[in-house]
Amino acid sequence: MAFIPHTREDVESMLAAIGVERIERLFDEIPASLRLAGLAGVPEAMNEMEVGRLMTERARLDGRPLCFIGAGAYEHHIPAAVWAIATRGEFYSAYTPYQAEASQGTLQLLYEYQTMMASLTGMEVSNASLYDGASAVGEACLMAVRANRRSRSRRILVPTTVHPHYRATARAVAGNQGLVFEELPYCTEEGCIPAGALERYDGQDITALVIQQPNFFGRLEDVDALCDWARARNILVVAVVNPTSLALLTPPGQWGAKGADIAVGDGQPLGVPLSSGGPYFGFMTARMEHVRQLPGRIVGRTLDAAGRPGFTLTLQAREQHIRRAKATSNICTNQGLLVTAAAVYLSLMGPVGLERVAAASHARARELVDALTRVPGVRRLLRGPVFHEAVIGLDRPVAPVLQKMTARGILAGLDLAEHYPELGPALLVCATETKTTADIERYASALAECLREARAA
Amino acid sequence: MSTRLEKPIFEYSVPGRGAEDQWPRDPGPAATDDLPATLRRSTRPLLPEVSELEAVRHFTRLSQLNFSIDTHFYPLGSCTMKYNPKACNSFAMLPEFLARHPLSPESVGQGFLACLYELQEMLKAVTGMQAVALSPMAGAQGEFAGVAMIRAYHRARGDLERNEIIVPEAAHGTNPATATMCGCVVREVPVNAEGDVDLEALKTVVGPKTAGIMLTNPSTLGVFERRIEEVARTVHAAGGLLYYDGANLNAILGKVRPGDMGFDVIHVNLHKTFSTPHGGGGPGAGPVGVSARLAPFLPVPIVGRRGEQYCWLTERDLPQSIGRLSGFMGNAGVLLRAYVYMRLLGREGMARVSEYATLNANYLLAQLTRAGFDAAYPSRRASHELIITLKRQAKELGVTAMDFAKRLLDHGMHAPTTYFPLLVPECLLIEPTETESKAALDAFVAAMAEILAEAAQEPERLTSAPHTMPVRRLDDVRAAKQLDLTWKPTVAHAIPTTA
Repeated sequence: MAFIPHTREDVESMLAAIGVERIERLFDEIPASLRLAGLAGVPEAMNEMEVGRLMTERARLDGRPLCFIGAGAYEHHIPAAVWAIATRGEFYSAYTPYQAEASQGTLQLLYEYQTMMASLTGMEVSNASLYDGASAVGEACLMAVRANRRSRSRRILVPTTVHPHYRATARAVAGNQGLVFEELPYCTEEGCIPAGALERYDGQDITALVIQQPNFFGRLEDVDALCDWARARNILVVAVVNPTSLALLTPPGQWGAKGADIAVGDGQPLGVPLSSGGPYFGFMTARMEHVRQLPGRIVGRTLDAAGRPGFTLTLQAREQHIRRAKATSNICTNQGLLVTAAAVYLSLMGPVGLERVAAASHARARELVDALTRVPGVRRLLRGPVFHEAVIGLDRPVAPVLQKMTARGILAGLDLAEHYPELGPALLVCATETKTTADIERYASALAECLREARAA
Repeated sequence: MSTRLEKPIFEYSVPGRGAEDQWPRDPGPAATDDLPATLRRSTRPLLPEVSELEAVRHFTRLSQLNFSIDTHFYPLGSCTMKYNPKACNSFAMLPEFLARHPLSPESVGQGFLACLYELQEMLKAVTGMQAVALSPMAGAQGEFAGVAMIRAYHRARGDLERNEIIVPEAAHGTNPATATMCGCVVREVPVNAEGDVDLEALKTVVGPKTAGIMLTNPSTLGVFERRIEEVARTVHAAGGLLYYDGANLNAILGKVRPGDMGFDVIHVNLHKTFSTPHGGGGPGAGPVGVSARLAPFLPVPIVGRRGEQYCWLTERDLPQSIGRLSGFMGNAGVLLRAYVYMRLLGREGMARVSEYATLNANYLLAQLTRAGFDAAYPSRRASHELIITLKRQAKELGVTAMDFAKRLLDHGMHAPTTYFPLLVPECLLIEPTETESKAALDAFVAAMAEILAEAAQEPERLTSAPHTMPVRRLDDVRAAKQLDLTWKPTVAHAIPTTA
């Protein structure tokens, strides 16, 4: 029997100890009328070899096209050691470290992770993870409402330059608690929030301002000015950031004169494979004054009964298993294993390696944009500084071109028609250190060919 | 398990060291000369500078300070710590699955989408629901999706006053916390001495403000809610809906289905019943299943089928959806692991899960009772888990459930869940799961008996336990009062913070 170790003798002696003759008797408290006859909707069992063949075939069906899509999920090199460590049974098959003395490994790792993330984002404290970057924005907005005691409006300003899926998720996660999300329009020439866009909110009760850096288009916002505007008006600043970029760019804790209040983002670039969207992990860091409003697990260092240092879950009075209906969030299980991978990744990269990854990715993206804009019918849109991702415009609708590119084994970027139709035929493209000059040339020449064919047709 | 403490990785750090082999080549300063100086980072992040071997050794040593299913019996009640088959991980980590970008076109991903579609179908079959969405990323997010759908359903009918969610007093903390996140008010309903919901009390609580009730069945008290059909009738008659918390689905898999009990919406913890790893606190996955009337409100995306092709269904296809709960497709890799597990078990393996989980729990209950422990609900069958109460031992011997839990660690066994549900004084909630052998259960009973004897003779061995772990009992009060949440460089380990 799959995964069940009992022998017939075991079963017999166990039933005798219980005092029943058949296992079926143990279900006699379930009303007979509810009992299920069979499970027609589930196929018959396969053994491991058969399932292996099935999964290998399915994987082969998906193939491995050359991918230039970013848009919140980025292909980076993952050292072999990262998942060799993360899939060790001691990490992989442990649970939330409720019994601290038997979970020091996971707890210390989380403490080290908290240290790395707090420093990377320029903040003082970090939690032990949330589900992903999108839901973390929702949690950050709820946290801002709790933390900003001077504001009663629950109004959150969210620029249209924030990832559309993040905006949708924040609405779904936080909308039921009366938060009002107001969209802050962007400059369609520049692709970021114009300097004067906030003036019309002067004097109004706003709870928080969300700023994504780099924004969805890869463009760099004037974060210092935006942050200063908000902080001067007692508006909390929620920063949404790409962790790789922070090796090069000002961390949220140092934006403007006072810094952002809360920083969130998706940790996927830190050693987590693309894997069709998950599991990734959301990170959240903040200034110390907000620590009691953080959602999720937090690990602290303390002393044991013998006076030696050790680690434990702390500030649990914020959490659902203690505070129930008054908890900061309902989150329980988070993304511990992905944080394990990220801690190993960040340790292997260190400050120098992470900066190399960021710089090399950025260099490849510049090379890509240069190569693509040399193709007739392609131009750069939303000019201005970007980080490893940019928008290019085509002289015709994007979807049919993407289809032709896919047929050539190249995922050429994300069509912006659905979320940003005002940009015309526009494509969000990305490159990381994983792309070579040959990959970029292959993309550019295939694109030239597809556009030529389209013009000829 | 090792008992040797490991210093923080930052204390191995030496400026100039690093796993250089893992880094891309330095593109030089010209590569980033287009980034405005005002937006550039001026301080260096506090990341370790260690060799690859130092990192591997450090994290391997940390792993050896953990209990885990692979190394220890882990009877943590309500968490279903069963064996996580290695094949589930291997097949979900096939290179093509790992490399697939979430925004890839549907044509590049028919293999992946086929797995998800079939997983939806299998979950419909085992829960008795009409439609399933896979994207919620943990049980609590599944709960959120469920209650949000209940609210959306009432609103769509113009029934705007229904904002009360009823939960039994012994419910998981996530239930009331979820109700709050959905903008609802929590009403608690008591359970009777035998562990069933107090129906008379329920009848006085339901009314025109009732949005729904959240129930776990078998309940958090480890017993099956026998009058579930009457509970369903009562709540439905008042205009409310029934939410099934799937935390305890392992107890009834293939035996009875929440859909047949009258539930309108359910979440399933794939990391419990369908054996995806707990990962030291996630990732989980909490797919939701619904009856036909809630189907229009499911969170997106969902996997659909047009002809022979699998496709995503989004807000365009479900305009009444409660929306999107994740950036892309929830914890996709966890879904693949659960899919592999379900294919390995197959139709015939599903019921075996609940049969042997229940056999193991009832055997433990019988043997622990023989060893002198008190069942919290002695007149009842155990489900897949059981509760013993140490109230008598606490009074007579001055030892607590926590002391038993800590002493079990010294016996090389993870502690059961302690002090939950709070309703039962000094309780241990014990869930052995079906993958444990009779020998493992006998060893647990023997350890418990030994600790009980010790409690009478040498209670301080319990109250000062654990004795063989890497650390002794930790000072939680100090942890919360003198917050130390990040490592700080000391003079001995100064790390330059300017590049």
